[in-house]
Amino acid sequence: MLSSQSFISRLTENGFNFFTGVPCSLLSGLISSLENNQEVPYIPAVREDAAVGLCAGAYMAGSLPVLLMQNSGLGYCLNAFTSLNLIYKIPTLVIMSWRGCGGKDAPEHIIMGEINEDLLKTAGMEYAVITAENHEQVLQQAILKIKEGLPFTLLVKKGIFDERH
Amino acid sequence: MKGTEAFQEILPLLKDEPVVHANGYICRESFQLQDRRGNFYMIGSMGLASAIGLGVALARPDKKVLVFDGDGNVLMSMGTLAMIGATAPKNLVHIVFDNQVYESTGSQRSLSSTVPLEEVAKSSGYPVALKATKREEIKPAFEKLMQGDGPGFLLIKVDPDFDPKTGRVTHTPEEIKTRFMDALSGK
Repeated sequence: MLSSQSFISRLTENGFNFFTGVPCSLLSGLISSLENNQEVPYIPAVREDAAVGLCAGAYMAGSLPVLLMQNSGLGYCLNAFTSLNLIYKIPTLVIMSWRGCGGKDAPEHIIMGEINEDLLKTAGMEYAVITAENHEQVLQQAILKIKEGLPFTLLVKKGIFDERH
Repeated sequence: MKGTEAFQEILPLLKDEPVVHANGYICRESFQLQDRRGNFYMIGSMGLASAIGLGVALARPDKKVLVFDGDGNVLMSMGTLAMIGATAPKNLVHIVFDNQVYESTGSQRSLSSTVPLEEVAKSSGYPVALKATKREEIKPAFEKLMQGDGPGFLLIKVDPDFDPKTGRVTHTPEEIKTRFMDALSGK
């Protein structure tokens, strides 16, 4: 298991300085670390696509944004990703919990869990599945894509980060 | 008042402020009348102009940041008004050109004829929310918002009579972004 606190530190050490999102229990440790962090803002968003817009504005104004969300918000975001981020080349690091992964979850998560990767691929959204072993490598992969002006998603399975709820 | 008249009132009052424009005729009208490097033209992602403007305002508290929005966009993302009210950026001025229809898709009616958006903004926590129904009311309202602490909201009621011959924004999305970022960083 990865320490949420340490991972947030790795993000801020790499220049990420603007955080927003809609909560998921799988990301509760990350969000809790952010809310206790005086150095960077965490802005609670009402919906995932509003968070995409917020990140786009922050990026254009010189910040390096991170969006935390559950994969149930991916549908809301597809228009924002495809008609804002991808055509204007506005990057954002997306940390997305993968609810429904492997078909074992509450009923509302099963279909999205199954199509999550295909949806990202179809939309042209590059991603990597983060693990305790590869987290530094996928973070650097994400940073390279962000420098090219592309959004990048880190998919987070249950149990990767410590939870606080 | 025609929508274009509302723009004609406001545009001469702008200096170097970044202005985030909602998609549709808001972009096209403003682009035709006075294209600026500091204009971000949101050609897709309907509903997100206010969120983009909020992101700019939070990341650059030293700059007055404007959003030129439409009633359809505001209604689509009313939750973003709550985000603006809660984060309360003093430097954000949110101007809504309210023609009560989705004009660029054939003037289907929106809900703003019965929902007072300036009241929604006020309830969401904007300390100042004004409404202009006559052309001469725009300048004093705009100046009040630009001089005071925000977030400020100005609803301008306009007629749905956009000239469909008005061209589209001709810059590519990447050009729009690069110009906007350069203008913001003082390049």
